[in-house]
Amino acid sequence: MKFTLIENLGYRSLVVVEHLGRIAQFALRITACLLVPPYRFRRLVGDVYDAGVLSLPVVCLSGAVVGGTLSLLGYTTLVRFGAEEALGALVGLAVIRELGPVLTALLVTGRAGSAFAAEIATMVTTEQLDGLRMMSVDPVDFVVSPKALALLIAMPLLAGLFAVFALMGGYGIAVGLLGVDGGSFMASMEGSVKFWNDVIGSFSKAITFGALTGLIATYRGYISEPTAAGVSAATTGTVVIGSVTILVFDFFLNGFWGV
Amino acid sequence: MSEPREPEFRIAFDGVSLKRGDRVIFDGLSCGFPRGRVSVVLGGSGAGKSTLIRMIGGLQRPDSGVVRVADEDITRYSERELFKVRDRIGMLFQGGALLDSMTVAENVALPLREHTRLSEKDIEAEVDRRLVAVGLSDAGQLYPRELSGGMSRRAALARAIVMDPEILLVDEPFSGLDPINVRRIEALLVDLNRHLDLTLIVTSHHMASSIRMADRLVFMVDGIAIAGPPDELLKNSDERIVEFLVAESDSFAEHHELDVTPLMDRRTLPDRRKKS
Amino acid sequence: MKRSPLRDLIVGIFVLCGLAAIAYLSIQLGGLYYSGPAGFKLIATFDEVGDLKPRSAVVIAGVRVGQVVSIELDDLLRARCVLDVDPSLELDVETSAAIKTAGLLGEKFIALEPGGSDEMLESGDEIDRTVSALSIESLVGKFVNDSGLEGD
Ligand SMILES: Nc1ncnc2c1ncn2[C@@H]1O[C@H](COP(=O)(O)OP(=O)(O)OP(=O)(O)O)[C@@H](O)[C@H]1O
Ligand SMILES: [Mg+2]
Repeated sequence: MKFTLIENLGYRSLVVVEHLGRIAQFALRITACLLVPPYRFRRLVGDVYDAGVLSLPVVCLSGAVVGGTLSLLGYTTLVRFGAEEALGALVGLAVIRELGPVLTALLVTGRAGSAFAAEIATMVTTEQLDGLRMMSVDPVDFVVSPKALALLIAMPLLAGLFAVFALMGGYGIAVGLLGVDGGSFMASMEGSVKFWNDVIGSFSKAITFGALTGLIATYRGYISEPTAAGVSAATTGTVVIGSVTILVFDFFLNGFWGV
Repeated sequence: MSEPREPEFRIAFDGVSLKRGDRVIFDGLSCGFPRGRVSVVLGGSGAGKSTLIRMIGGLQRPDSGVVRVADEDITRYSERELFKVRDRIGMLFQGGALLDSMTVAENVALPLREHTRLSEKDIEAEVDRRLVAVGLSDAGQLYPRELSGGMSRRAALARAIVMDPEILLVDEPFSGLDPINVRRIEALLVDLNRHLDLTLIVTSHHMASSIRMADRLVFMVDGIAIAGPPDELLKNSDERIVEFLVAESDSFAEHHELDVTPLMDRRTLPDRRKKS
Repeated sequence: MKRSPLRDLIVGIFVLCGLAAIAYLSIQLGGLYYSGPAGFKLIATFDEVGDLKPRSAVVIAGVRVGQVVSIELDDLLRARCVLDVDPSLELDVETSAAIKTAGLLGEKFIALEPGGSDEMLESGDEIDRTVSALSIESLVGKFVNDSGLEGD
C-alpha cells in the first residue's frame, strides 16, 4: 500500500502521542514503585555509583575546559571596553544559569543514560526481566525505578560539581593566564550571581533534566526489541531523544525563569 | 484435539490460538497437564514449546482461547493478579535468564530475599542445598558470564526450585548437558515430583530421558497438541508422531530417505570464491 | 545483594562533594545569607529604589553589616524599606541611607553613612536622610539635556 505524505505525517504524529501517553504512565509506575515499600536502597546506591561517580571524570574535566574557554573568549571582548573586571560576572552567570545544567545533562545522558538504556535493553533481550516477573518481582520496581531515581539524584550533584570546576577553570585562565585581578574577578562574580534567580533556577533545571533523562533512558530500554539491533536502537534513541528533550525544556524553563 | 475430561488437570489449555505477525503458532490448541505428574512436551524446533511454557507463566497472552492454571483462568489477568499465580510456579527459561549483575548464589537467593523473612544464615543454607542438588556446590560465587551454558541452566534450575513451587516449568533442562548431568537433573526432577507432589512440565528434545520420566507425553505438531500416556502415544499411528519417535532408531534412515543429495553430489562454490 | 564497602564509601563521598558544591554556589556566590549578627531593625523610605530587592546588602564604608528585609509602598507612594543590621553598631540619628550600584550596571545595595549627632537610633526607628537610586537612564537623560558635564 502507498501512503501519501500527509497520511505518513498523521501516522507519525499518532505514534508520538502514543509514546507520550505511555511515558507518562511509565513515570507514574516508577513513582508508585519508589513510594511503596520495599525500598531498594542497595540497588539505588549501586546505580548512583554508575550514574554519578563514573560520570565524575568527564563532567569535571568538561567543566574546567568550558570555564577556561569562557574566560578566554570573554576576555578578548571585554578588554576592548576596559571591562575585564566583569569577566567574573560573565563566567559565573553563563556557567550557573545555562551551561552548568545543560552541558551536564547532555554529558550524563550520553554517558550514564545510554548505559542504563543498554543495560535494561539487554535484560529484555536475555529474558532477565521475564525471569524477574516469573519470580513475582516487578522489573519496574527492581530494575527500572532505582536507575531513574539514581539519575535524578546524580544530576544536580554533578551539575553543581560541573559549575564549581567551570568557575575554577575560568578563574585559573583569567587570573593565571590573562592577568585579571583575582579579587575583582571573584567580586564581580559574587556581585552578579543571585541566589533566587540564578542558583535556584540552575538547580531546578538540573533536577528537571535528571528526571527527564532517567525517564527517557529507562523507558527506551524497557520497550526495546529483544535483539542486538534493539539494544543499539535503545542506546542511540536515549541519547538523541534525551538531548533534544533537554534542549527544548531548557528553552521553556528559561522562558519561565529568565523573565 | 479433545481429551477425556480428567478432573485433576492442574493446567489446561482450551482452544488456544496465537499468531505472531503472519505466522500461526497455535491453532486451537487444547491439552491438559495432570496434577502431581510429569508431563513432557515434545516437538520439533520451532513447534512452540517455549511459547507454551511462557503462556502458562502468563508472559504471553493467547489471541483467543483460555489458559487455566490451578483452576484460575489467567487469560485476562493483570500483572498484579499474575504475581499471585506465579508465587506457586517455578520456571526455568530456555536461556537461563539469570541476572548477570549478580553472582549465582545471589541469583538463587533473590526469591527468598524478596518473598520471605528468612535470616541471612537460613538463606545461605537454603541456597547451598539447591546448588548441591544441581551439582554446582562450588559455583556460588561465580557470575553468570563465568558459567558454561549447561552450568547456567543448572543454576537457573536451582533458582526455579528455591521457593518449593507447586508447579515447575522447565524449558529444555537437558540441552547442552553431559550424560552424567542429564542423569543428575533427571533424577532431581523425578525426585521433586515424587516427594513434593510437584506438577512438572518439561520440554525436551531428548527422547530417552523424556520417555523414562514422563507420566504423560504432549506432542506439539502444526499448532495443536496430541497428548496421552506414553505407552498409548507410542502406539499412536499418526505419522508425524511416529516419525518423531523413530528418528533416533537405526531403522529411521532406511525408512526415510532424507534427501541431502543436492548438497553432496558436487562442490559448487570453489571456483566462485573471490580472488584476492 | 552484597554490600560493597568501598563502593558505598565512594558513593557517600560523591554525594557529599556534590552537596558541598551546591552549598558553595548557594551561599558564597548566591549571597544566600547575611550570616553576621542581626536583629536591629531600621526603616528607610526612598522615592526610587531601582532594582533593590529583599536580601540586598546593607553596607557601611563598604563593609556588609546587614540586609534589606522587605520593600513596600507607603501611603505617600514611596518605597518603604525595612533593614536588618548588626545591633552592636552605634548609629546616630543623622545617619543617611543611599542606594548605590555596584559597578556600572551591577547590583543595588544600601550604603549607610553615620552622621555627627550624639542621639542614637533605636531599633525600629526611621532614617530620615535618604538618597534614592540613580538609574542610568535618568543619568544619561540629564547628561543629554544639560549638554555639559556641570551636572545640576
Ligand atoms: N517474537 C516472535 N515473533 C514472531 N514469531 C515468533 C516469535 N517468537 C517465536 N516465534 C515463532 O514461534 C514459534 C515457536 O517458537 P518457540 O520458541 O516456542 O519454539 P520451541 O518449540 O521452543 O523451539 P526450540 O525447540 O527450538 O526451543 C517459532 O516458529 C517461532 O518462529
Ligand atoms: Mg524453545
